[in-house]
Amino acid sequence: MTPPPSPLSRRALLTGLGALAMPALVRAQAGAAHVVVVGGGFGGATAARHLRLYNSALRITLIEPAARHYTCAFSSHYLAGLRHWESLGHGFETLRGMGISVVHAAAVDVDAAARTVTLSDGQRLAWDRLVLSPGVDMRWDRLAGYDAAASMHAPHAWKAGAQTRLLRAQLQAMPDGGTFAMVIPAAPYRCPPGPYERAALVAHYLRAHKPRSRILLLDAKNEFSKKPLFLQGWKALYGDMIDWRSLDDDGEVVRVDALRREVETSLGTLHRADVLNVIPPQKAGWIAERAGLTDASGWVPVHPENFAARRQAGIHVIGDASLAAPMPKSGASANSQGRLVAAAICAELQGQQAPQAWYTNTCYSLIGPEYGISVAGVYRAQNDTLIEVPDSGGISPLDAPAGFRAAEARYGAAWYQAISADTWGN
Amino acid sequence: MPCSLWRPCALLLSVLPGTAVAVPAAEPAIAPATVAVLAATCVSCHGPGGHSSTDIPSIAGQSESRLRARLLAFRNGTAPDATIMTRLMKGYDEAQIAALARWFAQERQ
Repeated sequence: MTPPPSPLSRRALLTGLGALAMPALVRAQAGAAHVVVVGGGFGGATAARHLRLYNSALRITLIEPAARHYTCAFSSHYLAGLRHWESLGHGFETLRGMGISVVHAAAVDVDAAARTVTLSDGQRLAWDRLVLSPGVDMRWDRLAGYDAAASMHAPHAWKAGAQTRLLRAQLQAMPDGGTFAMVIPAAPYRCPPGPYERAALVAHYLRAHKPRSRILLLDAKNEFSKKPLFLQGWKALYGDMIDWRSLDDDGEVVRVDALRREVETSLGTLHRADVLNVIPPQKAGWIAERAGLTDASGWVPVHPENFAARRQAGIHVIGDASLAAPMPKSGASANSQGRLVAAAICAELQGQQAPQAWYTNTCYSLIGPEYGISVAGVYRAQNDTLIEVPDSGGISPLDAPAGFRAAEARYGAAWYQAISADTWGN
Repeated sequence: MPCSLWRPCALLLSVLPGTAVAVPAAEPAIAPATVAVLAATCVSCHGPGGHSSTDIPSIAGQSESRLRARLLAFRNGTAPDATIMTRLMKGYDEAQIAALARWFAQERQ
């Protein structure tokens, strides 16, 4: 049989994945197919880039308001003065160079029946498949006294940008002997180990510049990611500078007075801080809710084999917005999901059998410049649930020699470079 | 450029008669599209196509037998210099590891 003369024929022939048996109708649809991706972070940019790697003929549009994406990952390195701000920024030139249409606007509505998405600039785009990677929104109604206005005084710095820079400026202005307090939410939230890495790197900064200062962590839970490693590393590098109060130790904050930089715990204890960092409870980015994809939890239930939303056909939701436990809400998870969704969509549009879903999460945290720790996980879909592959994954060993910690610090920096290249091409 | 990671030419070889993916005869061959998905999990640290210029080793174009032995050593916990790789490779079986070694060996260096 002669290969079909569609734009996909070369790709389909070369991959040898049943293209010759593909019905002409499917072929024609695939050639004209348009995939719209909303969100230019780790999930969305990876999905867009890998859609192109899989299929050179597909029409791909990436919707992202910002001209550059600044990552939450490694933003605590910036807070500690270990990285320049622009080193966290990633432009979209490489993706444009691959023939991906990048539109700097916000998605303001989704019509799942008509298969359209409406943008803040008034455009309405038709799609054959929609990928949403909208990240998180803050729940401004869950913590008394903490709303968008309050975050201008007590920043969350949990979306990289002006909030991160505000927190850095406040740390620089803090007097020696002051208190840096962080309010940490219950799970689930973006980047489970993030608050504890931030505590360590702020300690690194304060020890060098304001050594009489202290760090107070007020936590709404008793357990957290890489906990034994953080407790060991904090002690080894910073002595008693970091004071972590668990839920059982009256750590849960129920009220914030951002102007006074004062918080109240569930048992009524008041704490005053010189710099107050409040990480509030979170939910899926707004457009996911608008599209009717979220459940009562505020997050998006998905099919684990391809991250298709359970509530609407034709829409995939990846990254922090999705309910993907046991995968954590991390940039590495979003990147892994973005690659899989690209493969699944391309197979489906070309009438091919879906590849088996396989995901990883690799996450490094820095406790000091030469003290890195990691957590890894390998995941697959089984019986409509996402499971961690038995006996795989886990955290770095306790009591590891200094050389091991130094290696993981270097690998962490290398990870950032590699995953950025896989996501934005730069 | 569209072929930098997926190397459709190598995929073609792997599905032509006589050049099947080198897995033990008893194991069912892993579908090429699934091998591509498995290989994709490596690139978030080892770089696009397995090309790395950092402290994380480049795996593109390495010898297949050496890659396979190294990945199995990680999986079995016998690589003395391992940090994170043992935890990761415990998530892959021997047939998957063989397919990964072949995949990255076929990538240009």
